[in-house]
Amino acid sequence: MLPADNSPLLSATGISKHFGGLAALSDVSITVRRGEICGLIGPNGAGKTTLFNILTGIYAPDAGELMFDGVCLTGLQPHRVAACGIARTFQNIRLFGSMTALENVMVGRHVRTHAGVLGAVFRTRKTVTEERAIVRRAHELLDYCGLTARADHRARDLPYGDQRRLEIARALATDPRLLALDEPAAGMNATETGVLKQLLEQIRADGVTLLLIEHDMKLVMSLSHSVTVLDYGEKIAEGEPAAVRRDPKVVEAYLGSDPAS
Amino acid sequence: MSNFLSTLQARDARRWIAWAGLALLLLAAPFLIEALLGRAWVRIADVALLFIMLALGLNIVVGFAGLLDLGYIAFFAVGAYSYALLASPQFDIHWPFLVVLPLSAAVAGFFGILLGAPTLRLRGDYLAIVTLGFGEIIRVFLNNLNRPFNITNGPQGITLIDPLQAGSFSLAQTHTFAGLTITPIHSYYFVFLACAVLSILISLRLENSRIGRAWAAIRDDELAAASTGINTRNMKLLAFAMGATFGGVAGGLFASFQGFVSPESFHLLDSIMVLCMVVLGGMGNVGGVVLGAVLLTALPEALRYIGPLQQRWFDTVFVDPSDLRMLLFGLALVLMMLLRPEGLWPSRRRRTVEKSRAAG
Repeated sequence: MLPADNSPLLSATGISKHFGGLAALSDVSITVRRGEICGLIGPNGAGKTTLFNILTGIYAPDAGELMFDGVCLTGLQPHRVAACGIARTFQNIRLFGSMTALENVMVGRHVRTHAGVLGAVFRTRKTVTEERAIVRRAHELLDYCGLTARADHRARDLPYGDQRRLEIARALATDPRLLALDEPAAGMNATETGVLKQLLEQIRADGVTLLLIEHDMKLVMSLSHSVTVLDYGEKIAEGEPAAVRRDPKVVEAYLGSDPAS
Repeated sequence: MSNFLSTLQARDARRWIAWAGLALLLLAAPFLIEALLGRAWVRIADVALLFIMLALGLNIVVGFAGLLDLGYIAFFAVGAYSYALLASPQFDIHWPFLVVLPLSAAVAGFFGILLGAPTLRLRGDYLAIVTLGFGEIIRVFLNNLNRPFNITNGPQGITLIDPLQAGSFSLAQTHTFAGLTITPIHSYYFVFLACAVLSILISLRLENSRIGRAWAAIRDDELAAASTGINTRNMKLLAFAMGATFGGVAGGLFASFQGFVSPESFHLLDSIMVLCMVVLGGMGNVGGVVLGAVLLTALPEALRYIGPLQQRWFDTVFVDPSDLRMLLFGLALVLMMLLRPEGLWPSRRRRTVEKSRAAG
């Protein structure tokens, strides 16, 4: 069920990005509505991750504009984007390997907390209270993502599936309104994917909008309310999953054109 | 329940006794050292305390934030010269140390930002090269700022620097207190001890704070840290500034202790030495860094005794004593790194065999 207010939360218009002579994205527009799960699919090299990187401030687009809930994100640095309420995970997991699972999630609270050097050195009452709240929230989020037992394990030593979910927990710690997931199910077996699916549905039910890059078609089609398809840096289709699946351009992009025709 | 409480109290009491014992030992140390090893070693203990401050400062940059800095001694130099210029006959300025010392720290901190700002995009080897250059630039400047206007007095250095003094009480004089004769090297020991303990406390509190976690995150994965909402630019500048401040305080204390500074004291080798203390002790672990600083200050001094042994055992001198000393020092470093690659006392984060792994 989508919430009553499904006005656009994120709208990217006319995004282009070139690397040297290669057009990674040309004139791509995408809209993510409040409270939905939006799938972003396309063959390898279609520009999905590039779009994520532009969205989260890692790259600046050559052209185009990003609006997030009435705020212009274009050209903002990654930490500012996070402060605006967009959190992300990475295709190749990027945890803080030497820190424990709990500490990883605690880092996620950084952007919503304020203690500075003086607070830390003098351990003011404010800092102590804040620190306790950080630990409490981090434990809650580990619970939420099914990682309770892993709190004190070093992130680097965690099994693969746990690392994926820990990245989600860390992203959720920043209190995002939009959570952008880059292939969260990559490398997972059927059971792990099932657990992940439940988690993502729970996150959405709790009011976080999701933007999802995923190659697992069954997963993305069953989760998403709308799907956008990229191919060679261009948007070739968008709409409801069932309609997109039947779109001849999408079929061609995934299966190749029929040589007989 | 009452049983639990009593064991808790017993453990607490034991811990207090241990801390009190350590405090007493540290306070009595200069007198014990003098009685056992001679006065020269009290001076070495003073220097070791200064190096603890330096190594803890560098540990913030290298150990906590993961930014390799090969020019760290420059901040020590900036602190020392700031103190020297504001409390010596050089310009006939004699401000009280309570003003000059914080000022030295602030100036060094400013230089930390000055070095940090242009190197924000650099990491690893590239950062190391730039910081190495920075360290040398500072030294060369100090060496040459005697013409056309004489500021630093060039290679001759600045002499007759004011000791730490308040009113008529000066640490440069010998005092008697409760039957103990307290010479300047003893007095300075206590001042340096207080500063070193303070540095340890600040380091520990920073490490286990929001700031410390942000530094660790940047060290592990800068891009992920930025995407998680950490302002990596500010946090890296903060690390440089904090580290430099420690160096600046140590430098100011060094100037007042020696009464003399010259560019000779701030060579690349000194930067490397401080880095060795951090790496060898256990990068990122405050206890390890302290241990590294003490060991690497004491070891070269202890090796001075080897030279005469040669003469006594073999009746002849095979290797020049000072060469032999450095040879053995190098050998000791190589052996320590081979046997304990993560440092003598590694930080929990860097240990290869992890408790949690065994449990999971």
